[in-house]
Amino acid sequence: MTEALLHVANLEASYGEVKVLHGIDFTVRKGDISVVLGANGAGKTTTLRAICGQVQTTGSITFAGAEISGESTADIVRRGIAHVPQGRGTFPELSVTDNLEAGAFVRRDDEVAADIDKWLDVFPVLASRRDQLAGSLSGGEQQMLAVARAMMSRPDLLLLDEPSLGLAPIIIEDLFERLSAINRTDGMTMLIVEQNANLALAVASHAYVLEAGTIAISGEPEDLSGDEAIRRAYLGY
Amino acid sequence: MFLFAVSIDTDPELLLARILDGFRFGSGYGALALALVMIYKATGVLNFAQGELALLGIYIAWALGVGWGWPIFLAILVSMIATAGLAAGIERTVIRPFDPSNHLPLVIVTLGLFLAINSFVAVTWNTDLKALPSMFPPGDVFSVGVAHLSWSGLGIFLSALAMLGAVNLLLAKTKVGLAFRAVSSNLESAELVGIRVGPTLQFGWALAAAIGTLAGALLVPELNVLDPNVMLSTLVFAFAGAALGGLDSPKGAIIGGILVGLIRSVVVQSVSFIPSELSVGAAVFVILLVLLVRPSGLYGSSKVVRV
Repeated sequence: MTEALLHVANLEASYGEVKVLHGIDFTVRKGDISVVLGANGAGKTTTLRAICGQVQTTGSITFAGAEISGESTADIVRRGIAHVPQGRGTFPELSVTDNLEAGAFVRRDDEVAADIDKWLDVFPVLASRRDQLAGSLSGGEQQMLAVARAMMSRPDLLLLDEPSLGLAPIIIEDLFERLSAINRTDGMTMLIVEQNANLALAVASHAYVLEAGTIAISGEPEDLSGDEAIRRAYLGY
Repeated sequence: MFLFAVSIDTDPELLLARILDGFRFGSGYGALALALVMIYKATGVLNFAQGELALLGIYIAWALGVGWGWPIFLAILVSMIATAGLAAGIERTVIRPFDPSNHLPLVIVTLGLFLAINSFVAVTWNTDLKALPSMFPPGDVFSVGVAHLSWSGLGIFLSALAMLGAVNLLLAKTKVGLAFRAVSSNLESAELVGIRVGPTLQFGWALAAAIGTLAGALLVPELNVLDPNVMLSTLVFAFAGAALGGLDSPKGAIIGGILVGLIRSVVVQSVSFIPSELSVGAAVFVILLVLLVRPSGLYGSSKVVRV
C-alpha cells in the first residue's frame, strides 16, 4: 500500500449556521485517482473547498505530512494543491496563454514558458486558440483550460469539482481519458468529485460515497459498481 | 450633437479654441477616470474618495512646492508616493475587513472617506484660496486668433497618454499586473492559483491614488484656484468619463474623459440655449444619452459568464 498524500479526519464544515459536513474521514493515496460520489447537496463541493481553505472547518486535514487546516488558500496552493472548481474556474477576460501563466503564479523557476507549450501540446484544441480570451471558448475547451491551468502550478494533488458538469457526453469521455492519461504519465494524484458515477468509477482507484455530509460507503470501484443495492441507492443507475 | 452645435455657433477660431480647451481639461478628467477604473476593474467598487485622495495629494504638493520651496515636479512626485502609501493603509484598515463581493458597504465606506479627507484638508490647510504652480512652462505652442494651444495643455494631454501607456504596460508585462488582471477577472480562481488577493487590491489602491494625485496636480493649475472643493466637479466629470469609456477599460477612461471635456467645452458653450451654469448637468445628460444606447460604454467589456 502506497503512502497517504492527503488525510482528512473528523472534518466538519459550515456556512454560517448551516453545517454541511458532519465529521468525515478519508484518505487519498499518492498516485491514486480517488473519487467522491454523491447527490446534489451531499457536501462534495464543500469537501474540496474545505481542503483549499475556502470554508470554515474543524477537524484535521493533513497534506504531505503537514497539518494544513486553517491555512490561507494562497498558502495551501503553494504547498502543492491545485483546484479546478465547479464551473471551470478560468479567467474569462484573459487569453488562453495568460490563463496558463496565471496558473503558474506560485512558481519561481524559469520553465513556465516550456510548461505552457507542454500543456498546449497535451490539449491541441487550446493551442489553436492560445491568443483568444478564455471567455470565448466552448464549455469543453474551458474545462480543458481549467485542468491545464491547474497543472501549470506543478501540483502534487489535483482536485476536480464535477469536471463533467454541463459537457456533452463525447467531451466528457475525452476529458476523463485525458485525466487518466495525466494520472498515468505524470503520476498525478487526483481527487475527483462527480455525479457521473459511471465514468468516475471507470478511472478511479478508490471511491467514497458522500451522503448528507457523511461518508456512507468507501471501497474499490469494482465493489461499488458491482453492488446492486449501492448502485440503486447512491449511484442512480 | 455636433450638428446642431455647429449650426448655432460657426466661428472656426472659437470652435478650435473650445476643442483645444476640451482636450486640455478632458485629459485631466481622463487621468482621474483612469484611477477610478483601476479600482472599479479590480473590485467593482466606485471609489468616491478618489478625488479627495487626489485633493490631499495636491495640498501636500502645494505645501512642499510653495511652502517649502521644493521644485514643483519633485513636490508632486513625493505627494504621489505619499497618497499611494496612504491609500495602501486605507485599503488595509477600512476596505479589506469587508466582504469584497458585497459592494454597497464598500461604496458607503468610500463616501465616508470622501468626507473625512475633505474635512482633514480643510482643517489642516484652511479654506483660503491657494494656487498650485504648473509643472509646464508658460506660453503657447501655437496660437491662431483666440485659439491657442498652451504648453500645459499639450503637457496634460501627453501626460494622460503616458499614464495610460504605463498602466497598460504594467498590466500586460508584469507579474503584479497579471495578478491584478486575474483578480479583476475571477476572484475565486485568483485565490486558487495562489494569488494573495488582499495585497493585490492594495497595490491597485496605491497605484490609483498616485494616478489620481498626478491627474489633480495636472488639472488644478489650469483652474487657477485651489480650495478644498476643487475636486468635486472634477470627480463628477471623471465619473462621467469613466462611465462613457466603459468603467473597466483604461483606454476607455482616457478617451471618455477627453470626450466629456469636449462635450463640456464645445457642445455646451456652442449651444446658446444651454446656460453655462448648467454645463455640469448638460455634460452628464449627453453621457446618459450615450449610455442608454450603449450600456457598457464605448470600450467596456460586457461580462462573459458561462456556467
